[in-house]
Amino acid sequence: MAKKEKVPRQKMVEQEPAKRIHNFEEVPFGYDEETAIIEAARCLQCAKPLCVEDCPVNIDIPGFIKHIKEGNFEEAIYTIKEYNILPAICGRVCPQESQCEGSCVMGKRWEPTAIGNLERFAADWERKNMPKSCPECMPPNGIKVAIIGAGPAGLTCAADLQRKGYDVTIFEAFHTGGGVLVYGIPEFRLPKEIVADEIETLKMLGVKIQYNSIIGKILDIEDLKEMGFKAFFVGVGAGLPILINYPGIDLNGVLSANEFLTRVNLMKAYKFPEYDTPVKIGNKVSVIGGGNVAMDSARVALRLGAEKVMLVYRRSEAEMPARREEYHHGKEEGIEFHFLTNPVRLIGDDDGNVVKMEVQKMELGEPDDSGRRRPIPIENSEYIIETDTVILAIGTRANPILTKAIPNLKLNRWGYIETNENGQSNIEYIFAGGDIVTGAATVISAMGAGRRAAKGMDEYLQSL
Amino acid sequence: MPYKILKKEELGNSGTLMEMDLHAPLIAKKAQAGNFVLIRINETGERFPLTIADYDREKGTITIVFQIVGKSTKLLSHQNLGDELLDVVGPLGNAIHIKKYDKPIVIVGGGVGIAPCYPQAKELKEAGNKVITIIGARNKELLFWRDRMANVSDELIICTDDGSEGRHGVVTDPLKEIIQREEIDHVIAIGPLIMMKFVALTTNGKGDLPQVKTYVSLNTIMVDGTGMCGGCRFSTLDGNVKFACVDGPDVDGHDVDFDNLMKRAKRFCDEESACLEGYDHACRALEKLE
Repeated sequence: MAKKEKVPRQKMVEQEPAKRIHNFEEVPFGYDEETAIIEAARCLQCAKPLCVEDCPVNIDIPGFIKHIKEGNFEEAIYTIKEYNILPAICGRVCPQESQCEGSCVMGKRWEPTAIGNLERFAADWERKNMPKSCPECMPPNGIKVAIIGAGPAGLTCAADLQRKGYDVTIFEAFHTGGGVLVYGIPEFRLPKEIVADEIETLKMLGVKIQYNSIIGKILDIEDLKEMGFKAFFVGVGAGLPILINYPGIDLNGVLSANEFLTRVNLMKAYKFPEYDTPVKIGNKVSVIGGGNVAMDSARVALRLGAEKVMLVYRRSEAEMPARREEYHHGKEEGIEFHFLTNPVRLIGDDDGNVVKMEVQKMELGEPDDSGRRRPIPIENSEYIIETDTVILAIGTRANPILTKAIPNLKLNRWGYIETNENGQSNIEYIFAGGDIVTGAATVISAMGAGRRAAKGMDEYLQSL
Repeated sequence: MPYKILKKEELGNSGTLMEMDLHAPLIAKKAQAGNFVLIRINETGERFPLTIADYDREKGTITIVFQIVGKSTKLLSHQNLGDELLDVVGPLGNAIHIKKYDKPIVIVGGGVGIAPCYPQAKELKEAGNKVITIIGARNKELLFWRDRMANVSDELIICTDDGSEGRHGVVTDPLKEIIQREEIDHVIAIGPLIMMKFVALTTNGKGDLPQVKTYVSLNTIMVDGTGMCGGCRFSTLDGNVKFACVDGPDVDGHDVDFDNLMKRAKRFCDEESACLEGYDHACRALEKLE
């Protein structure tokens, strides 16, 4: 006999779907102070909090929630930042349903405590009400460390090492920092102003960032060693898009999700012609894939004015890896989901533009390497979908530019860097973490890897 | 890191060609023939590629040459000596393979493609090779760097489509003669897609002419330049998909589906016109105010 819950999980007010598909503003508005306190009071303050164990950076969750409950918002953000240097980001993009909230005891009988919403609340409150808080640093030890890649793994590793007293420089290939946070995740899920703001915290700590610097091209590891760097963290990500060689893939109107999202998110093509980078979207857009990148692409396409956006995924709804909240938002916004469907070929007109896609139905067989059930084509199930834009969001691989430039670095057969549990590669002064080690994963798991590597690098450097 | 313009010069007489030296010491230190940079002029600008046409490792400068064809190149031409470009990334792409070959190398530069031919000819000459260079353009106003090319070539042939200078004809005319008169190790062709297509057809051995290995340089539309977006992808005739920024930009010309590339190059035509019109309009409005 389940007791009816006295106080339900507090919802965040959200933009109406019909309105939000015409803008790039955030969907949820965030809690106000009163609602945050009510939600914080739902937390049972467990003696053995399972949520902390399931957080990839082990934030003191009951700790910060207790401060919110007592109205001490400043203490709350201070607590979070001891563990997580990017709370405004994690609160928005972590798949809490499979991490902290997934193990929350409240979720066994009622709804889990809205840990993500509360983290976001604390970070946003700080940004609006206070000068930035900067966690303490140990005194400088003069040892130079290079972080390659200013994505979530690199930013976390950099912050941790700087706080331990090291002299940290981040080398970033793009003209701005954040990695997937700026080029992959759209503005309406993660405002870029927030990413820039979080990076400011790093600069406050004393971290130096050099943009437009592709290590392996402008400088290599040997150059950096000559410049005095003693240890390296490689966080270059897995940005190489997988492009299956379907017949017709060379037609105009077919592009990788990476290209599509980089144009819109990083180069702000949604503001064309105020910004010079264009992006082309037709009326009937198909997005191939079922992960967060596919969901983001579909929702961006809607906002760019597509009449119809279809998501074509070869497995079923249950297997979709996309974050649940994004799938839910996407459905509300009117995206058509075609499950157990896979492209066969793309058909173009005389000018070389895609106009149709032939697909076939799939059924699920035994699990494959990833542990998910393998999709098997159903014979004679082909049919045609009318489409004038096809966005491929079917996964990525390791970008080889840096790894190719480090002779003797041990990689696995997919080109990812092999590391031990401390993030150390077979070359003792080179550590790595994030997608370049695991393949495409989440922001928070990259941050966890950055954290572990910082600890490993500190141990290594202190042992010299 | 601001990239200052240390030299700015008009090339030829058409009013559309320009040479600039940029202060970029780290890039200059590593640059090699075949490399390019991606430039973003200002905050709202797009990222676009230009080949490194020359470099001075001591001075810490790289040279770019461009033709004014759209908004970004026009905006670039309006930057002045001493101005700084917001972002320059490089050196990108694969450097060409420099060694002493047993037979001569023919380099064919068309229009603004003459500029990226220069570092290739220079490095090959420095490695002890015999370099035969053909440069061509629609007319003499569009020719430039004649002396520079002569300095790094054993033989220099100039052509113009309209006969206003040098030989009257297209670059493939002298090319046909050369490959028939002597054995050539390989041909390097850089210029408009249609020109590279026809050079590749001339040397593919189908027909009466000998087959000669040919490299072309693909300057596709690019966004990131490091292989993460696939915007620069091109199809090969044997059915593969490659990226110009990391598999090139210099690639086997007999492998490239030029017709597909030419179609892909036009995919933002409407946006490009709109952007250029908007810029011209803004320029005219500013002029009226002044």
